[in-house]
Amino acid sequence: MSGSAISDLILSVDGVTIDYSGFKALDGFSMTLNRGETRVVIGPNGAGKSTLCDTIIGRVRPSTGRVIFKGEEIHRLPEQAIVARGICRKFQAPGVLPTLSVRDNLALAARRDRRWWKSLGSGIPADERAAVDEALESVGLTHRATVEAGTLAHGEKQWLEIAMVMATGAELLLLDEPTAGMGPAETSRTAELILGLGDTRTVLVIDHDMSFVEQLAAPVTVMHQGKFLKQGSVAEVRADPEVAAVYLGHTA
Amino acid sequence: MPDLSRLSPLKPVLPWALLALGVAAPFALSSYDLNLLARFMAMGILALGLVLIWGHGGILSLGQGVFFGLGGYAIALHMKLADLPAGELPDFMVWSGRESLPFWWTPFASPAFTLAAIILLPTLAGALFAWAVFHRRVGGTYFALITQALSLAFATLIISRQDVTGGFNGLTDFYSIFGVGLASPGTGSMLYWITLTILCVAFVALRWLLASRFGILLRAARDGENRVRFLGYNPTPFKVAAFAIAAMLAGIGGALFTLHAGVVSPALIGVVPSIEMVVWVAIGGRYSLAGAIVGALLVNLARDAVSSAFPELWLYLMGALFIFVVTLLPRGLAGIAKGKAA
Ligand SMILES: Nc1ncnc2c1ncn2[C@@H]1O[C@H](COP(=O)(O)OP(=O)(O)OP(=O)(O)O)[C@@H](O)[C@H]1O
Ligand SMILES: [Mg+2]
Repeated sequence: MSGSAISDLILSVDGVTIDYSGFKALDGFSMTLNRGETRVVIGPNGAGKSTLCDTIIGRVRPSTGRVIFKGEEIHRLPEQAIVARGICRKFQAPGVLPTLSVRDNLALAARRDRRWWKSLGSGIPADERAAVDEALESVGLTHRATVEAGTLAHGEKQWLEIAMVMATGAELLLLDEPTAGMGPAETSRTAELILGLGDTRTVLVIDHDMSFVEQLAAPVTVMHQGKFLKQGSVAEVRADPEVAAVYLGHTA
Repeated sequence: MPDLSRLSPLKPVLPWALLALGVAAPFALSSYDLNLLARFMAMGILALGLVLIWGHGGILSLGQGVFFGLGGYAIALHMKLADLPAGELPDFMVWSGRESLPFWWTPFASPAFTLAAIILLPTLAGALFAWAVFHRRVGGTYFALITQALSLAFATLIISRQDVTGGFNGLTDFYSIFGVGLASPGTGSMLYWITLTILCVAFVALRWLLASRFGILLRAARDGENRVRFLGYNPTPFKVAAFAIAAMLAGIGGALFTLHAGVVSPALIGVVPSIEMVVWVAIGGRYSLAGAIVGALLVNLARDAVSSAFPELWLYLMGALFIFVVTLLPRGLAGIAKGKAA
């Protein structure tokens, strides 16, 4: 039993503290993710959700604790090395590359060999081209492939960014507020997109929109003030008085 | 804004027409004007490098004069030695009381070493410098300031070592290059065509580079360096490679300029000239290779006309032009030609 649990483990965040000159954005936070699972992380504003993504992807460095991905400590590796291990992140504010075409944004993400001297050419290997086309298709941006990404509407930028994260082929996807600024129809579409990733990818989703979280029907981890608060199904978390208290405490 | 896009049917023909004019210039221009044009083209080669790093890489260098100078001094050292009777020292060394040639002068007696040095010295210096700065993730304004300090230090070093560098007066009085007399008939045209050829080759090579995945990544890193990192790329080697290529082009331009101008001196490569180089490209259009060449030609033509009549006026005029272009025409003349100012 414990043997299979270990082999299924893909990510382990172990007692991580992120200290912003005295203020602890993460305070001894721990969580684990199993291969192929989709997990939702919620929590009031400032709970430390984005900081959790920052820590996993190497944008901030923990003062205590470890991040272990596929059995390897990654919290001291450079960002690009962490990405090369198979983790990719969608930022909260869409960070598409504005002067590149939609297709070039995706081609950059889909590229497997990222060394500079291998970039001296313009041919794209067939498998990367296929990954780009598939990503375009899945977010419905095929007809927008040649426009500059900076000219996309906000929702389209969010989708492009999700598509980029998917096109990297990463095993672990960190999606920070993928539905921010989307209407209900767009939000459902995004939920379908994430569900469609199937069991091959491990996905960590951060979002505030509870109807979106319900559509994902995934286990939920609740954070509060940089600490783990609760874990359970959407219904369980919704019914929890402690969770209700922290949300009310912040919205009141 | 005049809309030149209506001229678009001419567009495919235009480059070839310009090339034909360029090739034919020696038959139409006086040797003085041809020499001037050749100098400006040499500067155009440097300007192409600025399009690569500044326009597409977002790396503003106020130190291109250093690499221009490395190429210029490399060829000047060779020409000084080549014209020298065996066993003698260049005149300025004699006047400064030196007894022997500095050891680092001697290899420049070889034409092969000199050619290699013109290309490799600026390239390696640029690569080392860029790597030292970029791997610490220093960029933007800080980078520009460091490059400015570099050009100041370089010019100061040359001036202070008068006995081995020729100091403030620089190196001048060249008579031959690789056994060909500079004053002999036909040499001027030949050197002009060589310059034109190198300019065209550099133009085509950079066009290819900018369209390649390398160019795409360079622009991506300019717009979102962190975004690129989080896609798994290390942007540093891309930026270092771009900077080294720009330094190489500056060095080649510097060597050709020295050949045509017959002089290289700190006044041509220091802080102010390094800023002027950026101004050519800002005016021509920093995203456009053709724009940068046009900028280098036009600004230098204007400089030649204005500064001979009113020497003090030129700096003010250039400053005003720069402010005008940066605030109102971020894409420079190339932007007007494309029919969009912003
Ligand atoms: N660079 C920083 N310096 C100082 N404090 C920071 C920094 N980045 C984040 N914080 C603080 O850390 C806390 C956690 O921020 P984080 O962005 O992780 O919250 P979040 O849960 O993602 O919130 P939201 O729902 O608003 O996105 C916040 O109080 C924030 O102000
Ligand atoms: Mg956040």
